[in-house]
Amino acid sequence: MSVLPYLAAGWIFLVGCYGLATSRNLIHAVGCLSVCQSSTYVLLLAVGYRRNGTAPVFSDITPGSRPVVDPVVQALALTDVVVGATVTALLLALVIQTAKRHGTVDPDELSELRG
Amino acid sequence: MTAAQLLPLIVATPLLGAALLVAAGRRLPRFAAEVLGFVFSTGAAVWAVTLLVLSPSAGSRAVEWMGGWRPRDGVSVGIVLVGDRVGVGLAALTSVLVVAALAYSWRYFDEPPHQHAGSFPALILLFQAGMCGFVLTGDLFNAFVFFELMGVVAYALTGYRVEEARAVQGALTFGLINSLGGYTTLFGIGLLYARTGELGLAQIGGRLDTHPNDGRPDVLVLAAFVLVLTGLLVKAAAVPFHFWLPDAHAVAPTPVCILLSGVMVELGVYGTARVYWTAFAGPGGIPGPDVHRALLTLGVLTALVGAVMCWQQRHLKRLLAFSSVSHTGLFLIGISVLSPEGLGGTILYVLAHAGAKAALFACAGILLDRFSSVDEHELHGRARQLPLVGVLFAAGGLALAGLPPFGTGLGKAVSEEAAGWWPTTVFVAASALTGGAVLRASARIFLGWGPHPSGNLETTSGKDEEPETRGPLRRIPDTMLAVPVALMAGALAVGVVPELWPAVGQAADAFTDHAAYTAAVLGTAETTPPPATPAPHWTGVRVTLGLLSSALALALAWTAVRRPATDEPARWAAPLHRLQSGHVGDYVAFTLAGIALLTALLW
Repeated sequence: MSVLPYLAAGWIFLVGCYGLATSRNLIHAVGCLSVCQSSTYVLLLAVGYRRNGTAPVFSDITPGSRPVVDPVVQALALTDVVVGATVTALLLALVIQTAKRHGTVDPDELSELRG
Repeated sequence: MTAAQLLPLIVATPLLGAALLVAAGRRLPRFAAEVLGFVFSTGAAVWAVTLLVLSPSAGSRAVEWMGGWRPRDGVSVGIVLVGDRVGVGLAALTSVLVVAALAYSWRYFDEPPHQHAGSFPALILLFQAGMCGFVLTGDLFNAFVFFELMGVVAYALTGYRVEEARAVQGALTFGLINSLGGYTTLFGIGLLYARTGELGLAQIGGRLDTHPNDGRPDVLVLAAFVLVLTGLLVKAAAVPFHFWLPDAHAVAPTPVCILLSGVMVELGVYGTARVYWTAFAGPGGIPGPDVHRALLTLGVLTALVGAVMCWQQRHLKRLLAFSSVSHTGLFLIGISVLSPEGLGGTILYVLAHAGAKAALFACAGILLDRFSSVDEHELHGRARQLPLVGVLFAAGGLALAGLPPFGTGLGKAVSEEAAGWWPTTVFVAASALTGGAVLRASARIFLGWGPHPSGNLETTSGKDEEPETRGPLRRIPDTMLAVPVALMAGALAVGVVPELWPAVGQAADAFTDHAAYTAAVLGTAETTPPPATPAPHWTGVRVTLGLLSSALALALAWTAVRRPATDEPARWAAPLHRLQSGHVGDYVAFTLAGIALLTALLW
């Protein structure tokens, strides 16, 4: 297993963080958070990958006859997707409400809570 | 029914209640919805307390493998709930605070969302389930899921009053920063799974122990530890991960503040301690001196920054929020000792702090609903006709300062003694500043002492806040007064009920026993327990230290009240104020800087 997928996962995470830190639009910021989260999918799937492995469905292959990829990380990634969908939906709803109440989605103009 | 079978019930009861309220909330009258909320949250509290009483000895752990997937030869694919005394105790504390918050909010939001009376109690019950699940799980990935569950509900509860501009802004900041922290934790969990092939805390610890290192952890284990810790420290609001907390606590409805500040933030500290002792404390984990250095540095930084910012606030809820930041720092110093003494002190401190801080938030909520303001300067002398609230508020200030015999004083003194002499000065300074700020505010608001302040301020002041009830209250409901009284009595009880102390001491002994936890969960041979440490108790030195910090707090408050209240924050604290910019991008940058700092400290 090459180290490339792990580096890619780390890189995606950092790209998402960069976007979050420099974002000028809250919708874009929530998108960047999803990018950060996508990096965890890449990481999890990379961890579970087996060379020449197949899907871990044992209805048509004999257990032990050939390598399968790790089903645990797939379950984790799936759970992660569900968690991420909830978080993103809630945050986008909060952005809509922010836009209604403040009339802006630019974090630079949201300065009511300081000090 | 065995004790272990109670464990899933503690999590499932509030979940069931939340599901019922979501399904039937539209058709239920408000009264029925709130009673349902009570019944289910109290149910979970009863299970937790029963389990706490049932456990035969302090060292025993209730272990329940969900669905019966028990480990075979030390290998497992199952999901485990582990209830040791600290975990179950925190679940009980959470449930009791949830009941208190629900009692406080009885007839509190006079206008529940249109035709859905069940939404607030349902969210609170979900919050309770998330927090109880987080403290009871013995599985790192499940801990992440419960972490996100309590996070998502907390963002929703913070922005509960969606009509308010500040509330949604604070909730959004809270959501973005905490979710980012959650994903770093997941990244770390992925790395740990890659190394060990396990997700359970005990199993990870067991696997890491089979590859002992020679005093230097390998890079992957170190990275995993840093990443897992980041999310937990974001939740705990340790500096420099703390920026979301004052914004969220200042805008959240008061019953939610009671839960956020009383127990959710402390769960971050608990998670840090739990992950370290179960997974990383063995020979293959992270060396103790490195962890000590990292937690001590962050703790001292957090305690001082929080205390200074707390002293500078005039918005009462922000003042209390920064005081929570400061106390988190003290908790981190307490666990950084990595010994049962430090941990036992911290447990007592957390218990009493939850009561005192929740009572203070409840008092601030009463002021908000009575006068539509939480601005210390604007409220000057206006609350003279509320003597009971005033006494409670001042007592809360003294409790935060560590006055004996409050439980905060005992917990603080025991942690101080474990931490050594120079962290003790940090303890005294931080508790004097945070307690002094509360005392200053109560002297001004409830007694009208000092010159009448005037003028305006650039930072968040707390003027013109919307009351959370329909219009300002003319009479304070009995429930809103009874809750802070009961909570403050609880904070006092922690310091004066000697039967509690040996239980806490034994719980700390069991919590710090890495090998015994692994053995209990995986069902392998029992190990010999380390010698028991003496239970936390009052001594002359400890009483003196508590009196010293209380006297300092009183002196600080007295000096501040005598002088005219200035509108600008002190010049020497201006850089700290500028950091709290309200810009979410800045906070993300600080989170990344914090990860770098944590790595450097552990390297």
